[in-house]
Amino acid sequence: MNSRRPAWVWGVLLLGALLAALLASLLLGSVSIAPHDVLRALLGRGDAGTVSIVRELRLPRALLAVLVGGALALSGAALQALLGNPLADPYLLGVSGGAACGTLVGSLLGLGASAGMRAGIFDALALPFAAFLGALAAVLVVGIGASAGGRLDRGRLLLSGVVVNALASAILLFLLSFGDPSRTQTFVFWMLGSLAGATPGAVAALSVYVALSLALLLPLARAFDALTLGEETAATLGIRVETAKRTAYVAASLLAAAAVAYAGIIGFVGLLVPHAVRRVTRSHRALLLLSFLGGAVLLVVSDVVARSLFAPAEIAVGAITALLGAPAFLFLLRARP
Amino acid sequence: MTVPLGAEGLAAGYGAHDAIAEITHMFAAGRVTALLGENGAGKSTLLKALAGIVPARRGTVRLGGRPLPGVPRREAARMLGYLPQGFEPLFPILARDLVLLGRTPWRTAFGAPSARDHLAVDAALTEMDAGMFAETDLGAMSGGERQRILLARVLAGEPEVLLLDEPAANLDPRHRFLVIDAMRRRAESGGAVVFSTHELDVASQGADDAVLLSGGRVLAAGPIADTLTESLLSDLFGVSACVTPGAGGRPLVSIGPARAR
Repeated sequence: MNSRRPAWVWGVLLLGALLAALLASLLLGSVSIAPHDVLRALLGRGDAGTVSIVRELRLPRALLAVLVGGALALSGAALQALLGNPLADPYLLGVSGGAACGTLVGSLLGLGASAGMRAGIFDALALPFAAFLGALAAVLVVGIGASAGGRLDRGRLLLSGVVVNALASAILLFLLSFGDPSRTQTFVFWMLGSLAGATPGAVAALSVYVALSLALLLPLARAFDALTLGEETAATLGIRVETAKRTAYVAASLLAAAAVAYAGIIGFVGLLVPHAVRRVTRSHRALLLLSFLGGAVLLVVSDVVARSLFAPAEIAVGAITALLGAPAFLFLLRARP
Repeated sequence: MTVPLGAEGLAAGYGAHDAIAEITHMFAAGRVTALLGENGAGKSTLLKALAGIVPARRGTVRLGGRPLPGVPRREAARMLGYLPQGFEPLFPILARDLVLLGRTPWRTAFGAPSARDHLAVDAALTEMDAGMFAETDLGAMSGGERQRILLARVLAGEPEVLLLDEPAANLDPRHRFLVIDAMRRRAESGGAVVFSTHELDVASQGADDAVLLSGGRVLAAGPIADTLTESLLSDLFGVSACVTPGAGGRPLVSIGPARAR
């Protein structure tokens, strides 16, 4: 019998960890600013340059890490419940391939080309939008492929997700052979994921998606619990199985598409975090909420590591999450009770 | 209150094929009914159609006199308890948590389980002699132990109608009788119990009535004294059957080698 701490204790612990990580994220940067100046700047006091660095660069970046990490983990938790498959991750249903195609098509069309030397593709609002459209298009194709007689079929959902991602890779390779190499480099950077494109606008947009998805997913927690028994038995317990599946599908896709649009393809957060959280709770309400917090902590910490390991050079945060995530995942698998 | 369950001209199936057809039978309150038949005879499909999982293609299922599709979802979920055949948990889950899922129709969307929920879960675990597994993960259990937990999940919902697909599967003799007792108790308190089985002793010891299914249609139906007969059973299964009077007026069935039908 393992001693099971109640879920709220984990919630408090994760919240504490998140605040500490956020603080670290705000204090670290290419310009060194004293901790108390950072705190004063947050409140709008101090010299204008410092205020601008803290409130327009560091704060949006830290908050974007919270939202993207949280969104990916929440999306993964919802998809694992929907598919009844602990291997599901947010990119399974074509989101990554679709977003990549959207981004590449966008950049080949010249969107974001005027953004200057250092900015790459992130400073343009047009490219996140193109990525978002690409992701939604892919998700839509997957959804159509997986519908049979008005029902969303779990097995087909998985298969058509794999197929659409494969199709997207083929289109990518095709397009890349036309693209000029300098664009290819920024594209590869995008593929690895980065939070460098954080703007207050991106934070606001993602907040809306996250709030909307939480509002859709949390009332489904009981349905997800019952779906552990299988769809048929869940239906006999009074669960609206099709409604629950469709809602989860839409919310999980929106979350992943929005996260990818602003931060590129950051791996492992959506797979690792729900897995880890399942170790401490089996109730889906706690699972969804703790996944969000856990994903936020993981990505803020990863971003701090990505920025400070070889400062002032910055490593792609997706490389850090994979470097941290893959061994952690293997450890979780080995330690499975 | 009694909630009789009835099928009228019921047909249901998958793809182009009707797995069951022309099923008309009243599953009376206060009775335990065994569904008997070969593999693929339509026992599971009939249970699923009665539970509302597989829609009726023709005919109707009536629950308490009302057509089943017209009964509000939650009300139907409280009245009907369904045990599927074979189950692999998708995620690790503790026995107690799984049994608590049986309380779903009684719970609100948010909020912790009530004292009433916990009582029902404990009672169901005890009735299935599974209290000692309450804090064990389902994946760490034997097939029979798991089966008792799954049955406890159905009982915890306190349904008046029980639809059980092979409830005695994988159980040792003592626990098989535990399940028979549980079914009989539900019938004695006015519930209707329908279960499928391949074990003729479970049918003869547990059931009041039997419905013999062959090729998706009713071959015979009625009290076990009239349906668990040598001629009907040997017709149904293609084996030689020997029926002798047993204790308490229940027939003792033994079966012999396969024979031509």
